[in-house]
Amino acid sequence: MASLTWDAVEMVRRVQSGEVSALELVDAALERIADVDANIGAFLYVDDNGARDAASRIDSDLTREQKERLPLAGIPVAIKDNLVTREMPTTAGSKILEGFRSPYNATVVERLLAAGAIPVGKVNLDEFAMGSSTEHSAYQVTRNPWDPTRVPGGSSGGSAAAVAAGMVPLALGSDTGGSIRTPASYCGVVGMKPTYGRVSRYGLIAFASSLDQVGPFARTVRDAVLLLHVITGKDPHDATSVDVMPTQATVAAVEPSRMRIGLPEEYFGDGIDPKVRTRVDGALETLRGLGATLVPISLPHTRYAIATYYLIANAEASSNLSRYDGVRYGFREAAPDLIQMYANTRSLGFGREVRRRILLGTHALSAGYYDAYYLKAQKVRTLIRRDFEQAFSQVDLIVTPTVPDLPFKFGEREVDPLQMYLTDIFTVTTNLAGLPGLSQPIGLTDGLPVGLQWIAPALQEERILGMAQALESVLPVPSWPMQGGSSQ
Amino acid sequence: MSESYEVVIGLEVHVELKTASKLFCGCTNLFGQEPNTHTCPVCLGMPGALPVLNQQAVALATRAALALSCDVHPFSKFDRKQYFYPDLPKAYQISQYDQPLATEGHVTIRGEFGMRSIGIERIHLEEDAGKLNHIGQRLGDATGSLVDLNRAGVPLIEIVSRPDMHSPEEARLYLTELRTVLSYLDISDLRMEEGSMRCDANISLRPSSYTGSLVDLPRVEIKNVNSFRNVQRGIEHEIVRQKALLEQGIRVVKETRGFDDAAGTTYSQRSKEAANDYRYFPEPDLPPLILDTEWLEAQKREMPDLPEALRHSLTTEGLVSRDVEVLVQDRALYGFWREVVAIFPDVKLVTNWLLSDYSRHMNAQGLSFDTPGVSAEHLAQLLGLIQDGTLSGKMAKEVLEAMFTTKESPEAVVQRLGLSQITDQEAIRVIVAEVITANPGVVADFQGGKDKALAFLVGQVMKATKGQAKPNLVNSLLREAIASHV
Repeated sequence: MASLTWDAVEMVRRVQSGEVSALELVDAALERIADVDANIGAFLYVDDNGARDAASRIDSDLTREQKERLPLAGIPVAIKDNLVTREMPTTAGSKILEGFRSPYNATVVERLLAAGAIPVGKVNLDEFAMGSSTEHSAYQVTRNPWDPTRVPGGSSGGSAAAVAAGMVPLALGSDTGGSIRTPASYCGVVGMKPTYGRVSRYGLIAFASSLDQVGPFARTVRDAVLLLHVITGKDPHDATSVDVMPTQATVAAVEPSRMRIGLPEEYFGDGIDPKVRTRVDGALETLRGLGATLVPISLPHTRYAIATYYLIANAEASSNLSRYDGVRYGFREAAPDLIQMYANTRSLGFGREVRRRILLGTHALSAGYYDAYYLKAQKVRTLIRRDFEQAFSQVDLIVTPTVPDLPFKFGEREVDPLQMYLTDIFTVTTNLAGLPGLSQPIGLTDGLPVGLQWIAPALQEERILGMAQALESVLPVPSWPMQGGSSQ
Repeated sequence: MSESYEVVIGLEVHVELKTASKLFCGCTNLFGQEPNTHTCPVCLGMPGALPVLNQQAVALATRAALALSCDVHPFSKFDRKQYFYPDLPKAYQISQYDQPLATEGHVTIRGEFGMRSIGIERIHLEEDAGKLNHIGQRLGDATGSLVDLNRAGVPLIEIVSRPDMHSPEEARLYLTELRTVLSYLDISDLRMEEGSMRCDANISLRPSSYTGSLVDLPRVEIKNVNSFRNVQRGIEHEIVRQKALLEQGIRVVKETRGFDDAAGTTYSQRSKEAANDYRYFPEPDLPPLILDTEWLEAQKREMPDLPEALRHSLTTEGLVSRDVEVLVQDRALYGFWREVVAIFPDVKLVTNWLLSDYSRHMNAQGLSFDTPGVSAEHLAQLLGLIQDGTLSGKMAKEVLEAMFTTKESPEAVVQRLGLSQITDQEAIRVIVAEVITANPGVVADFQGGKDKALAFLVGQVMKATKGQAKPNLVNSLLREAIASHV
């Protein structure tokens, strides 16, 4: 009997050895989705038949040797709905892509398929990945499995909630300013944003091209390692993907006692929920116990990060979202003339938050404002990058709280967008600097998860993953929300 | 008060590069295909698609920049030029804005004024847009538009001149020379009528009393004119129109104007004062374009001979400047000339025949020198028959005409028509003797000092040989025979 309490590494082992069939695993996932997702709202689309067919093909067509060459043989995976898929609809959580079917698969989807993974469905997000709560989807809200009155974080809220609620062991998300790490923290799962260029963006619906990166969600560090291994590597379709070896398939050994870990003062100041602070301090103690050296450091330009991030991200978004014009695909609102058709289509097709960001970004790139906004932001971005370079001359890794507070209630930050933007205050810097970052769960406070963020120099994902696993191995084994199903 | 005006003209020329595939995707780059059959997620602007730069396009653009004596920059970058239009799938064009591939080149033009250098400000790489086909007779009453994106993403270079031209004629000469230079690089079809070469002209009039900067003069841009001739006509009309306005004290409005071929006039399209803000910013999907020094050196070494060098070498080979120009301006003609000269090295004879009779037949048959109507070998053989006296010039013309029709070798034509010139002296002597016997009076006149009388006798011999005797030979044999006749 297949069990969704196994992690992906365990599932793969059992599928490869024939102890369990891929179909049994996929059926278990589909049952769990049917059972609990009505209360969570993670999935925008579930491909029952497609998933079962793919699983059956693995079971019937492949020899044991062939299965052993598939690192994700038979593993059900959820895909954030801003990654294009040929076999399933892709909406990016927006009405403007209602009914859209991509003629091609994103590179990461192709890599999943080639690794034997079974995409079971597409999961919810803030429209075009713009948000920190998954409240801004045009289709549905996604609830936090730990407390359905609270948000799962965003924008990859569907991915995080699907993994946290045990519907799938693995999910893909995307992270532009914290969109993997924030929901990972809020939902108590592992989520990683790799180094910019590590993972192909081909087929990731662009939000901010210079910041976007696809990454894994999992319940254990070793599962995140497994999924990351499958999706990393140079892609000839993405000129910004870096030409380096993929990350390893298993966790690389790291000696915690040799690690110097930086604690940036700017990330431990006022404004952090004391309950979060207590949990984080506890994790830092545990790291000390493992022999790591904790070093106070400074990243002095951190206070400009949110302003810099929103200028650059919105500017790029205003350009990237221009193609949704009603001419070739997706939603169109007819009008007597072309200009009015554009206006109607985009006014009705985009939600309020997306329109706000397009307007802000358009303004930042306008003649007469470019130098003061976009160009200035790029200069500050360089300073933020240098902060990290400086820091990494002293330390091997940096740790911070992932998010300053606990998951908030629906609607709580809707009134003041700035309040919402500040949710990302500790996560945007790694995107601006192009560095890898990971959030791992370090325990519950008032029944809600707290995450710890790791940051490493570019392409040093394995250093993070090694330390995160060392920490994971000494923390108490976490309980899972909704263990009993939807009745919880 | 009489104000005089200086005409200031700058040209922007777009040239489609003849690459195998488009600038940022693998779609084939072909003109005249079924609509939307050469498209993919990238050039359709599908969600999630990303551009990857075509290195062949970089090589062709670099070749153009080197041929136009530009500084080619080892570091350049791509930018997004943003505007909404149905032929632009991403709603931005990937172009190069503040750091283009190449700057500071020039083109040398020649005219009655002598030689002048026209500056080139910049050359940059960018992608073409698609095409709209309007349903209906004219744009005004079109009932709809169909979008064809086969051309979307085709690589272009934009060549921006300095405002160094001062007459419509100079503008035409600039375009002609530009096309001539580019034609030797084999980087583009350069067909105005198919849009593989397009020209926008900027025209302003500078009053003699104006002391301000050139860029502040109100400038009119004539867009998308479909031939060099019409560029010239459009500019001519603009000069007249703007002058009339200025003389009435009316300000010239900065705007974009179209050219009406039938009327020979320009008409207002849109005012530039409310122009698009293109919101250029660096293209985040493409790393900067870095040219390797060794690669660039290799490109320089592999440059073909260019018109300037050819003009020099042809002049050295003894051609007159008029012929040099005709040869150099048509790369295919020049190539054919070289082929013929390689077989038959009498440069003057080859040039004379090629540029007169041969070219006339080519024009008559509507052929270009890419597909010569008579092969270089056959032409060389024909010239050989003239040189060795087998054919007179007149006969050779007849043979060439036949060759264009039947594609036979000159020998075959000569045999078929029995045209060979009689060089057998004994045969001619017999006829000469007959003519002298039959015309004693004329012979006597000649002997009496009337030189013209000989011409009559020569004519009689030519008539008797049906024109196949060599006139010089007849002349000397007649003189010889009359002298001994005494």
